[in-house]
Amino acid sequence: MFADLPIDEFRPAIRDWIRENFPAGLRGCRAPTNGHEPPVGPPGEFVLWKQRCADAGLGTPMWPVEFGGAGLDQAKADILAEELLEAGAFNPIAGLGAMMLGPTLLEFGTEEQKRIHLPPIARGDLMWCQGFSEPGAGSDLAALRMRCEDKGDHFLLNGQKVWTSYAHHSDWCFAIARTSTEKKQGGITFLLVDMKSPGLDVRPIQLINGISHFCETFFNDVKVPKENLVGEVNNGWTVAKRLLQHERTSLSSLRRANAKTYDLVSIAQRYCEKAPDGTLADKDLRQRLADHLLSEHAYALTLERRAAEEEAGLNPTTPVSTMKNLGSKVGLQLGELAVEILGNRSMGWEGDGYTSEELELTSLWLHSKCYSIYGGTYEIQNNITAQRELGLPKS
Amino acid sequence: MTDRAFVPNEEQAMLRESALGWVRENAPISDLRKLRTDNLETGFDPDLFAEMAEMGWTGILVPEDHGGFGFGHASMGLVAEQMGRNLVASPLIGSAVAATDALALFGTEEQKAEWLPRLLSGEIHAAIALEETIAHNPAGVALTACREGDGWILEGHKQPVFDFGKAGLVIVVARTSGAPGDAEGVTLFLCPGDAGGISARRLTQVDSRGAWALAFDGCALGAGSILGEVDKGLPALETVLDRARAVLAAEMIGSTTQAFETTIEYLKTRVQFDQPIGSFQALQHRAAELLSEIELARSAVWAALAAIDAGDDDVPQLTSLAKALAGKAFRRAAQEMVQLHGGIGMTDEHDSGLYLKRAHVTDMTFGSVAFHRDRYARLAGI
Repeated sequence: MFADLPIDEFRPAIRDWIRENFPAGLRGCRAPTNGHEPPVGPPGEFVLWKQRCADAGLGTPMWPVEFGGAGLDQAKADILAEELLEAGAFNPIAGLGAMMLGPTLLEFGTEEQKRIHLPPIARGDLMWCQGFSEPGAGSDLAALRMRCEDKGDHFLLNGQKVWTSYAHHSDWCFAIARTSTEKKQGGITFLLVDMKSPGLDVRPIQLINGISHFCETFFNDVKVPKENLVGEVNNGWTVAKRLLQHERTSLSSLRRANAKTYDLVSIAQRYCEKAPDGTLADKDLRQRLADHLLSEHAYALTLERRAAEEEAGLNPTTPVSTMKNLGSKVGLQLGELAVEILGNRSMGWEGDGYTSEELELTSLWLHSKCYSIYGGTYEIQNNITAQRELGLPKS
Repeated sequence: MTDRAFVPNEEQAMLRESALGWVRENAPISDLRKLRTDNLETGFDPDLFAEMAEMGWTGILVPEDHGGFGFGHASMGLVAEQMGRNLVASPLIGSAVAATDALALFGTEEQKAEWLPRLLSGEIHAAIALEETIAHNPAGVALTACREGDGWILEGHKQPVFDFGKAGLVIVVARTSGAPGDAEGVTLFLCPGDAGGISARRLTQVDSRGAWALAFDGCALGAGSILGEVDKGLPALETVLDRARAVLAAEMIGSTTQAFETTIEYLKTRVQFDQPIGSFQALQHRAAELLSEIELARSAVWAALAAIDAGDDDVPQLTSLAKALAGKAFRRAAQEMVQLHGGIGMTDEHDSGLYLKRAHVTDMTFGSVAFHRDRYARLAGI
């Protein structure tokens, strides 16, 4: 219904819809950045909000209505995002399925794959994880070795994946595996794997901030039905590269969401000593904080500019690989500055001696170190920018 | 959230293409080298400026009811960006942005009628006499204007004043009350270029542009020379400066982009150790880092220009963001241009030095990186 409204009627209509449907207890709660976090707000309200968004297709607003979306164009999706922000609301449908697999399946999936897999993602019912990295294939992802054999009526997977985020809480996994050793990139196949498949074993990895989002995933004679092949055999690298573009885009916009949630200016005003003129007394910190604010602001404007260029049908001036690095740089700066501002209050690991905000910021500082590693490291993004975007020769 | 108009409309895209074409055809960077030897009275090539006026660029910001186009600052920024590519020397920003905006926003009908048509036609150009101290500090003005009869007498110094040579109009920032540093007591004056009581000394600048040191000694101006309100000129000056800063930042983005593109081209063609030096990862990463800095500045510049045209409240923040980031990006791109070209980059024959020197002067003009970072921080509440 929202898709058919003229653009000038869309904004008031969506504003009314949010006012009528967004549970008041969730106002100001942080949006989930993946589908695995515990529900926020008063009991039941998050689930209710998720249901209502899913019923209207607004969790995946740009997907076609038949697959659980709302069929909105970019302009309307932008307005929806603005109005959600304005109302102190958020999109409750998160996770790799909505951010990465969905757009990829819309482009490369069969009609049946879209019909089966997209609606549960759009409703936030089924969670997906990403089986890409391996112990020997991180930055050099195409060096992956997990074996995929054609056994006539099914594929058979053997090997190991690592850094599989939320594998222990996921229902499905999109994975890439090796079907041929003749060509590096040209021997890779993209598959959809049911995490309940026999032979699949998941072990969480504890990270430096004490939380286990990442897992090792072992595949031991895991059978995958033929209909779960996305694209063609040995053509999975093309599918995976597109999916990684969606990943970079969504990772870089997540950084922005973070910056909006953690307001360093307000933290600095509460924790730092002031000079008589009201500015921060520590001029060295002030300058570095100002430099960060300049970058953060310009990064947000660059996201806007890219969206405007895409909407106008132009090729975005700023490459996705550059956006990913700018986003991680801003996020890393935020973490470093946050713990510096908190000073002695930033050394807490857990317990009552520290406020929840202090513990959260310290944990964020540690967690932020992964921004420049996951989704292709900072250095790999710079290689991509230099070689693919600037046309500099490979060595 | 307002739509920042990040994508040029059809009219602006045409303007950009024609400006780019003209700059490439008619204003090569060798023109700047000629300025160093030609020693023109104006400090820029008047024929080139006449062509700009003929193409309508001096009228981009003149309101339509005064015969101009009223296109707005984003359009002016697109022109300035193309001029920046080849470091084209012209009084466009001082005259067709700062002075034109000052008159259009704060002038009386008589003042507009007297000056705008002449600025629009290119018959005259205007200069801004603001700077006195080592660092940009609009409230720090010390040059005094004292009442004498109906008029005013100006006493003091200004340096540097860009494009003063043969200027038909000079907008002089003076102190009519209070002490240097006071926000109150600043007044803007419209001073004919040939007014008596001004002695001018030509300065030789690193960027080869025309700049002067002015001494005002008994310079007498009439009652009608006040632009805006007596003693209340600082907010007006800041409004005008923000517009000039944003357009200058657009020019800087053009220069930065050209310096970057020239350097990337060199990395692809210069061979050492039997391979193009651009194949070395250390250099590839420097190129990628530089690009990301340029892209941030680019977004800030177009956001600032769009905010000016939309009359948004956040013009001061966005302008300081744009000028600070453009200053950082241009300085870094010019430095990298010299470094990555190696020995040839240090020679006068190569263009690298021209970009480096211009980066420095544009950064210092209308507030440096440090000035705008501090201003942004204040506005952010730290």
